[in-house]
Amino acid sequence: MSAANHIPASDAIIACEGLSKHFGGIRAFTDVAFQARRGEVTAVIGDNGAGKSTLIRSLVGVHQPDAGNLFFDGRARPFANPDEARKAGIETVHQNLALIDELTVAQNLFLNREIVRRVGPFAFLDRKAMKREARSMLSRLSINVPSINQRVRRLSGGQRQAISICRAVGSGAKLVVMDEPTAALGVQETANVEALIRRLREQSVSVILVSHNLDQVRRLSDQIWVMRAGKMVATVRASETSGNELVALVTGAV
Amino acid sequence: MSTPSDNAPAAHSAGAAEESRPSLSALLLDPSFWADWASVVGLVGLVIVFGIAQPVFLSVANLQALLLAAAILVVLSIGQTFVIATSGIDLSLAAAVMLGAIILGLVNAAGYGIFIACVLAVAATSAVGFFNGLIITAGKIPDFVVTLGTLSGITGLGLILSGGEPTMVGSTFLLRLASGSFGPFGYPVWVAISAVVVAHIALYHTRFGVHLLATGGQAESAGALGIRTNRVKIAAYTISGFCAGIASLLLVARIGSAEPLINTSLLLNSVAAVVLGGVSLFGGRASILGPAIGALMLTALVNGLTLLNVSAFYQPLAVGAIVVLAALIMRYQK
Ligand SMILES: Nc1ncnc2c1ncn2[C@@H]1O[C@H](COP(=O)(O)OP(=O)(O)OP(=O)(O)O)[C@@H](O)[C@H]1O
Ligand SMILES: [Mg+2]
Repeated sequence: MSAANHIPASDAIIACEGLSKHFGGIRAFTDVAFQARRGEVTAVIGDNGAGKSTLIRSLVGVHQPDAGNLFFDGRARPFANPDEARKAGIETVHQNLALIDELTVAQNLFLNREIVRRVGPFAFLDRKAMKREARSMLSRLSINVPSINQRVRRLSGGQRQAISICRAVGSGAKLVVMDEPTAALGVQETANVEALIRRLREQSVSVILVSHNLDQVRRLSDQIWVMRAGKMVATVRASETSGNELVALVTGAV
Repeated sequence: MSTPSDNAPAAHSAGAAEESRPSLSALLLDPSFWADWASVVGLVGLVIVFGIAQPVFLSVANLQALLLAAAILVVLSIGQTFVIATSGIDLSLAAAVMLGAIILGLVNAAGYGIFIACVLAVAATSAVGFFNGLIITAGKIPDFVVTLGTLSGITGLGLILSGGEPTMVGSTFLLRLASGSFGPFGYPVWVAISAVVVAHIALYHTRFGVHLLATGGQAESAGALGIRTNRVKIAAYTISGFCAGIASLLLVARIGSAEPLINTSLLLNSVAAVVLGGVSLFGGRASILGPAIGALMLTALVNGLTLLNVSAFYQPLAVGAIVVLAALIMRYQK
């Protein structure tokens, strides 16, 4: 059950070993081995400050790990920046949502993935196409926003979260990483996102889910990884564990 | 056509809730409308006031002179807009204009021909901008500290290169640039119009424009989505430097010599025009038309006051009052 004797398997979409990240004197996480199987929902749980978000961000190129190896899709592949990770097929719903307040819903949905029309050596934004696509992305996920031309600043917390999720799942990624995707959502919206995660799994899209909701994690995921104080301390199959065991693993009261 | 309110919600709907267009009276009562359109409202107001007080103001000859006088400031305001959109500020802008002028004068005087001189001047000011952006991003130093340093550094460089002496630039090309005209406008006005059009397209119709606003709005989020925010910032400063170079050509053409003097009012007015144009000093929100009209407005103010025989000593006071007023109105945008 210990994370230390886990070797990156061939069916891993993403895996890391010996991964460490420090910010000056602060150790966010040390010597982490982790993997997510292809087509599965892999959950990462742990208390506040355990290092979950930093680990996620190190996997998708936002942070450069100080040590360790990263594999994606069977290849040793540290991402020098988030652009490389996105091009490789990883989309992320960041905990802070990574939305730009002053841009519109449509602009946010297509940020750094804009649709362009080429005219000779120049490329101009195809705003019409992006707005059309944005509308259909939103309606496919039945997300209600007043207007796709609205600035994100004026949206509610739940709407913002929905936009960020929509951006991540709307583009046919191989791996969707979600850092607390239902944190700001109501009961109905949470159910929608959970249904969405199940649908991704049916379409054999791999998902990494960070959540504090242990029931949700047990409902949705295949494999659960537990972090505590910057260490990966355990991994269990969701079908073989109980809520009590997870609580014990998270708090360290085993 | 995009205006400062281009990013504002329009009446399209993705979901069920249909958004109605605000009525005209509601629009006129909304302070953020006045903030978005401050430069246009100000310009129209000035034209009316000066037109009544001094009918000569509205003569074709005066309007043409006004546009001619505004061309340099318009070009500089565009450069400043790109930088401010990234939540930076370019304090070295006017100094870069001086450096461009001096290099233009010296290269021309050395007998290399006016075209090479112009190209080198623009290359030098663009390099200054690139350098600003590089130091700011690589060194993680606040924008105003770096550009303040560059301001001082370039001033010294300009004095050293020129020996503190002006250089006459007698070039028929520049003479024609300054005094020739096509259609209703002089060439410098056309240069400014082209700059406005190109910048507007770059800001609103290219990926670079969106990435620029994203970088200025929330650099961290933009970075998390794979936008190379450092490169975007460096590009913005390089554009600012390029605009300073174009302005230096217009300036030398206008006065016929390259002077080792910094016109600080150009720098202050470029920032003022950007603020009047409804561009957020915190970045992430910008337009090109707004600052261009803001530059026109500031020039019209000086022009009108001159026609009214108001002493030149009062002009900076008037500019200052208007900018502070605009900034106050701008607070309602929040
Ligand atoms: N950019 C940063 N600079 C400095 N320290 C950081 C940075 N990012 C994270 N940390 C630190 O790293 C540690 C782990 O943070 P992280 O955000 O990964 O926790 P988390 O498990 O996601 O917590 P939560 O459940 O609250 O989201 C914390 O102590 C945090 O203060
Ligand atoms: Mg977190």
